[in-house]
Amino acid sequence: MDSLIYHSPALIVALPLVAAFAIPLISRAGYRVRSTFSLVILGLVTFLVAVLAVDVHTVGIRVYTFGATAAELALPGGYMVPVRIMFQVDGMSIFMGIIITTVTLAALIYSIHFMKAGDMFNLFVFLEIASIAGAGLAAYRTNMADALEGGFKYIVVSAISALMVLFAIGILYSQYNVLSIAALANYMQYTTLDMIALGLLGGAFVMKLAGVPLHMWAPDTYTVAPAGTTPMILAASYTSMYALYRITFTLYGAHIDSTAIGWIVIVVGVLSMFVGVMMAVHQTDIKRMMAYHAISQGGYMLLGVGVGLAVLANPVALASYGRDAINGGVFHIINHVFYKALLFMTAEAIFFRIGTRDTNKMGGLARNMKWTAVFYIIGALAISGIPPLNGFASKLLIYETVLQFNPVLAVIAMFVSLVTLASFAKVFYSAFTGPEMPAYREVREVPKSMIIGMAILAACVIFFGIFPGLIVDNLVAPATEALINQAPYINAVMGAVP
Amino acid sequence: MMEHVPLDFPFIAAALLMGVSLYIIIFKKNLIKLIMGVAMLAAGVNLFLVALGYRAGGGAPIYTGVPKETMVMPVPQALTLTSIVINVAVLALMLTMVIRIYRHTGSLDSEKSRKLKG
Repeated sequence: MDSLIYHSPALIVALPLVAAFAIPLISRAGYRVRSTFSLVILGLVTFLVAVLAVDVHTVGIRVYTFGATAAELALPGGYMVPVRIMFQVDGMSIFMGIIITTVTLAALIYSIHFMKAGDMFNLFVFLEIASIAGAGLAAYRTNMADALEGGFKYIVVSAISALMVLFAIGILYSQYNVLSIAALANYMQYTTLDMIALGLLGGAFVMKLAGVPLHMWAPDTYTVAPAGTTPMILAASYTSMYALYRITFTLYGAHIDSTAIGWIVIVVGVLSMFVGVMMAVHQTDIKRMMAYHAISQGGYMLLGVGVGLAVLANPVALASYGRDAINGGVFHIINHVFYKALLFMTAEAIFFRIGTRDTNKMGGLARNMKWTAVFYIIGALAISGIPPLNGFASKLLIYETVLQFNPVLAVIAMFVSLVTLASFAKVFYSAFTGPEMPAYREVREVPKSMIIGMAILAACVIFFGIFPGLIVDNLVAPATEALINQAPYINAVMGAVP
Repeated sequence: MMEHVPLDFPFIAAALLMGVSLYIIIFKKNLIKLIMGVAMLAAGVNLFLVALGYRAGGGAPIYTGVPKETMVMPVPQALTLTSIVINVAVLALMLTMVIRIYRHTGSLDSEKSRKLKG
């Protein structure tokens, strides 16, 4: 058991990779065997992440160095700089790990029914792996031209942004001769070249997390991706958001003019919120509408963290509302992944049964698809920030703190929430209520596995809304702490370098 | 020794490659040309990385040959190798998608084969 925890940082990555290659072989034994195998592996990974989370929570940052005689040895004897491939797990990274594994587990249970086919340098490599997989999943329905188009846009955007990241890595390496984030942060001089690298990294990550004005790929990709795979693409976007925070806080945090960079993040956030929701209102394609809302909700996360970043250099403001603003922004990531995955699944359930995504052609579906309607209501209320669901908890944190920072921004944030509610209500009335349509008289409720997948997510949405304190104290606050205090992250690798 | 070649020549070449490829990616409408742009961007970044790794007078770090010169830290070369491998996968996937798009829409023009708008 001890060695399991000891090696868990490597196992969490290695298990799914091995499983991915094993699945085509195992599926020869039958469809049921393969589904069980996928579930067992994912359950195991979720368990490992949970164990590691407890460990990080009680002991502190974990460093795992590949090929070293002992995994904690970041600096091999005689070297001044870390040279080996190294994983470093702290509060913020384990937070992302928990989101991704939980959502994937729910998505797998949801997709079992119609999954008929198998399915700072490390940063670059994993970013690329995630985007290749994401593009393949988005273009999964290769018999439809629009699916290919969405997948193609996603892979082009990913490839360009990944190359920008690699170029920035090259610039940083050329000056400091190290690749590890901790070592780079330690040596950072903040020259003009570093600013160029920051610009490249920021641009690349904003492009991948679909912040306005670099959001063009998101509506197309989310519209065509099967709902079982949408959570994976969502998770990949928020991994980019995680990378953006890691770069701005940990790598550049001690050097940049954090007020200016904070305002840039805030402006991107507000633009995403506003443009996203305005584009969503008039959509007639149900998944396209939800995709624009995903952009809009991404804006809330950027707004919260941007406010925290803007007051990072001011200890009084940071203590009074900056920390809570970051808490809100980070908490909103996990909330959004849950309710947005749930909403995409309900939209997919409708598409699965009636074969169209056009809201004008739907009507009276609540008669036959009661569970889908209930889950849609839960998701729609959560995204609009209605208590007692999880969207309310994180949005309230953001409103309260942003109000102290700048009241205009808080007003915009609340207005966007109202428009969000309006557009979801509009779709609810046109899709689920109204007279029974003759064409959909024979429509049945979706299969059980899809209902179970949606039910898990809906339960999370409600649970997080009722006990927000539990989540914020145990998961979100350590993540925020890891972002604000760069020193432990750096010292875990570099030792006590003065 | 390469004293007669200015040391920053590879960097200028890399910048040119990246500039041209960005122009192609933004302004060309043919999907195959777009992919060529991405491939050129990758080549530019790779050239930049390899040029970074060059140290005048350094030897290759191959221990079996035990060179006389000071050995070079091979990190940029390792990065480039990984990047090339990843890019092969990305380009292959992009090309297969374009073939499927062509079969569905009968066009490689990104304006004509577009179905998703708004």
